[in-house]
Amino acid sequence: MRRKSKFTIPTRYILMVLTILCIGTMYVSFTMNLGGGPLNTIAGTVFGPMQRGLNSVGTWIMDKADNLKNLKDVMAENEQLKQQVDELTLELNTVKLNQYELENLRELLELDKRYPEYEKAAAHVIGKDTGNWFSIFIIDKGSQDGIEKDMNVIAGSGLVGIVIDVGPHYAKVRSIIDDISSVSSMVTSTSDNCVVNGDLQMMTENQTIELKSLNDSDDKVQPGDQLVTSSVSSKFLPGILIGYISELTIDSNNLTKSGRVTPAVDFEHIQEVLVILEKKENGVTE
Amino acid sequence: MRRKISVAVIIIICFLLQSTLFRALSFANIAPNLLLVVTAAFGFMRGKKEGLFIGFFCGMLMDIFFGGILGFYALEYMYIGYFNGFFRKQFFPDDIKLPLFLIGISDILYNLGVYVLRFFFRGNFQIGYFMIHIIIPELVYTLLVTIVLYFIILKINQRLEYIEKRSAKKFV
Repeated sequence: MRRKSKFTIPTRYILMVLTILCIGTMYVSFTMNLGGGPLNTIAGTVFGPMQRGLNSVGTWIMDKADNLKNLKDVMAENEQLKQQVDELTLELNTVKLNQYELENLRELLELDKRYPEYEKAAAHVIGKDTGNWFSIFIIDKGSQDGIEKDMNVIAGSGLVGIVIDVGPHYAKVRSIIDDISSVSSMVTSTSDNCVVNGDLQMMTENQTIELKSLNDSDDKVQPGDQLVTSSVSSKFLPGILIGYISELTIDSNNLTKSGRVTPAVDFEHIQEVLVILEKKENGVTE
Repeated sequence: MRRKISVAVIIIICFLLQSTLFRALSFANIAPNLLLVVTAAFGFMRGKKEGLFIGFFCGMLMDIFFGGILGFYALEYMYIGYFNGFFRKQFFPDDIKLPLFLIGISDILYNLGVYVLRFFFRGNFQIGYFMIHIIIPELVYTLLVTIVLYFIILKINQRLEYIEKRSAKKFV
């Protein structure tokens, strides 16, 4: 530090200016629903590769720790599963027959294309939200790989979330367990519609998310029922598995029900995801 | 210049670790807040102005990657850096009590800020729950990491100050 009589701006003015700047950008991103724009792109290009590398180190350590812990559980589980395999093989045979029948009937009804096979792109999770409040993560595919905002993200067979922002080689995904996420969904058995909201409290308590405004006038929906994305959702493609209902109570208005849903995806150990390269047509043209 | 580059490198490393390695090492899905440690530490080691700028850049980095609202984390971190700067006169390098105390308070205030602005205003009033399950665990974990990270930052800072002093002498 060379001592020179240099003109310096008092710190509190800098604080004031930056505060106004921050509030300004907050206001802009709130009202215009704007991401970081070019800032995002630059940051993503710089940090993406580094995150990818470090993340593999983290995953490796987690894997090793999990391995030790899980070995016993796995052995016990294996026994159990072997029994289950036998039971299921029997069941499968009946189902196969049913399936055959169903296909025949579908062909007749031309319902074949109800749940088309979507084209997907596989991606790795390379970074997770630095805070503990929200549940956003970064994947290593971006607009160069054909990913766009609002595309659905799945892992295994279950819904993970939705792309909220894209850079050239990375994309941000908001998972369905995020506290501000909300998915319009449907119970498979009865086709009743409801809303599934992410809930931080429920998630930390027992790994569930919230189910709301289920309109089940026939009182047929049971805990254990399967929940998929609804065809009336504006951003999610229909028929993607969300999870299973684990608890159901009648609301105080006596009309709707609410409860808890156990997501089909293990969000804590999520490493690879599939992005569906197709967006829901919702009649809104940009 | 040397200082700027070193600080930038520290911020980048902490950000990367926080978003990758420490996420994988999280207990009950709680990860420590390294950037907060960096911001607070430079705040009370170097004063208000530096704390403010470092906080601003740390926050901006988080905003760009994980923030829903651009500028939100930047604002929070900036104030944390600024207010930690007030304790520069009370700060002695070898005493870890004050840094731990300041970083702890900063972490609680930071999380309360996130809670109030982004949960409370959406009608979520479960503060007691979040206090026990998010804020306190993060505090404990962050303080544990602080014990290591603080000394690293302290050593880097002392080294930088030494180099700066020496080159200042040379040019007088």
